[in-house]
Amino acid sequence: MDTLRKRTKSKISPTLYIAVAPMIILFFVFHTIPFLRGVFYSFTDWPGYGAWHFVGLRNYLYMFSNSQIGDAYWFTFKFALVATILVNLISLALAVGLNSRIKFQNTMKALYFLPYMLGTLIVGFIFNFIFGTLIPQFGQALNIGWLSSNILGTDHAWIGILIVTIWQGLAFNTLIYLSGLQSISTEIYEAAELDGTTPWQKFWRITFPLIAPFFTINLVLSVKGYLMVFDQIMAMTSGGPGNSTTSISVLIYTQGFQGSQFAIQSANAVVLFIVVAAISLFQLRILNKREERLQ
Amino acid sequence: MQATETTSVKPKKLKRERPNHTNYTATAILAVLAIFAILGPLYLTVVIALKDPSQMNNVLAWPSKINWSNFKDAWEMTDFPTKFLNTLFITVVNIVFTIITNSFVAYAITRYRSHSKLFNGLYYYLVSAMFIPFNVIMLPLVKQVSMFHMDNVFGITILYIIFGLPMNTFLYAGFVKQIPIALEEAAIMDGATPLQVFFKVVFPIMKPMHATVAILSFMWTWNDFLMPLVLLSNPKQQTLQLAQYVFQGQFSTNYNLAFASYMLVLAPVLLMYIFFQRYIIAGVTSGAVK
Repeated sequence: MDTLRKRTKSKISPTLYIAVAPMIILFFVFHTIPFLRGVFYSFTDWPGYGAWHFVGLRNYLYMFSNSQIGDAYWFTFKFALVATILVNLISLALAVGLNSRIKFQNTMKALYFLPYMLGTLIVGFIFNFIFGTLIPQFGQALNIGWLSSNILGTDHAWIGILIVTIWQGLAFNTLIYLSGLQSISTEIYEAAELDGTTPWQKFWRITFPLIAPFFTINLVLSVKGYLMVFDQIMAMTSGGPGNSTTSISVLIYTQGFQGSQFAIQSANAVVLFIVVAAISLFQLRILNKREERLQ
Repeated sequence: MQATETTSVKPKKLKRERPNHTNYTATAILAVLAIFAILGPLYLTVVIALKDPSQMNNVLAWPSKINWSNFKDAWEMTDFPTKFLNTLFITVVNIVFTIITNSFVAYAITRYRSHSKLFNGLYYYLVSAMFIPFNVIMLPLVKQVSMFHMDNVFGITILYIIFGLPMNTFLYAGFVKQIPIALEEAAIMDGATPLQVFFKVVFPIMKPMHATVAILSFMWTWNDFLMPLVLLSNPKQQTLQLAQYVFQGQFSTNYNLAFASYMLVLAPVLLMYIFFQRYIIAGVTSGAVK
């Protein structure tokens, strides 16, 4: 058996190479080449058509001096950080609740996961109405000043975007935390209870360390997703009022396609890639360390 | 160990207190929250879609007379059948070809990467491509796609199949590692070719992962907005999500018409969720937690 295993594994049939080739070539042509071309254009002044010249690092230097791009980075980082923290705190609380001895547990679980199924664009449109018409109507009827106007038209528009993102983001994160909580055996808790642990201690000393891998998954996916935020902004504010809710992705789209900043936004995309890759690698290193510790 | 020992000392108290003790406070809080926060916005959508503009004074009230014509108007205005068929085509073709091609690539690369430098390199190539989000490559991609005349339903479907590869390779790779190699060896002894080994032996075993990949692919293509937005400009080629954005200006303040249109897009997904909720939740979970 051992010799067979060696023989079958070490000699790879050419069929395998041929069968894998088409997908790999297509992937290279439609993913890697655009990526490399983007990096290339970021060092030119190409407007998206016609002639171009090399301009060295001019686009990158422009990025640092341009307030619109700076604002987009500030908004995106602020948004991603706050959304990640709030979504994970609330979904952890929801998961603990859903994991306790409640009635209709499966129905509740299905209900809380439902927002994940809905397209972010349409969710954005629905909340657009809630913020723009429904809440101001209530505010005016009850004479509450700050509720009477559309939050999306004020300096706090980003909070409107944040609320929609949390509403939808909770679904996935809650599900992951819940599956983490359900993987913990109840015997551990029973033992802890007999030792006289308080619920607070029970959570921080037992539950949290045991669901740490699930915490990492949620954190990695949240940060990456929220740094890319696009759909809900296009549905609700299109980046406004002013530039106050223009995320990096929205800026790449609006200025790169409709504006004349193809090359500058290519540089912006490269920087966005570096940011996302650096954060993901950093998080993966922590993940790997934890796995090593568990082994 | 400690747990079982201590429980055997005081079994009575534990049995009486623990299993049937429903937490009514948590139930009530979670139920109220779900009704207001989750079902609330959906109720709002349904109610507005069923009214005409004159019934909007009390937005949340159920309409005294149901106005079905919103659906008919939205259907005609957005050319729903065309957009629905486009979206359905993209979704179904993407699922079928993603499962066949991506599972094969992932299998070949994972199984043979310890014996082939090329496959080992490809594994790292694909997995590292996960760090490149679509937003980063979309500017040059759009130029390239229009050069290849792929700015249509067929083109975008091919792109979905290709772009899913890194993530799906990652998902399938974890699964392939658990399949005992003895099964494939037995098939090779019986004279099966590598492709036969894959499609007759490995492919059927991968079924649970196919389900996960199918669900994630469905959610991605049905709800995707950015890729259709940048690639599909011809109205005849547009998807349902993109149509909602394109017609936003024309819906203007006729919320009844707009919400009827949203309902038409949400309904297929909601129906699927009602029937396959258990599988969808299981699939999404296993896609994230390996």
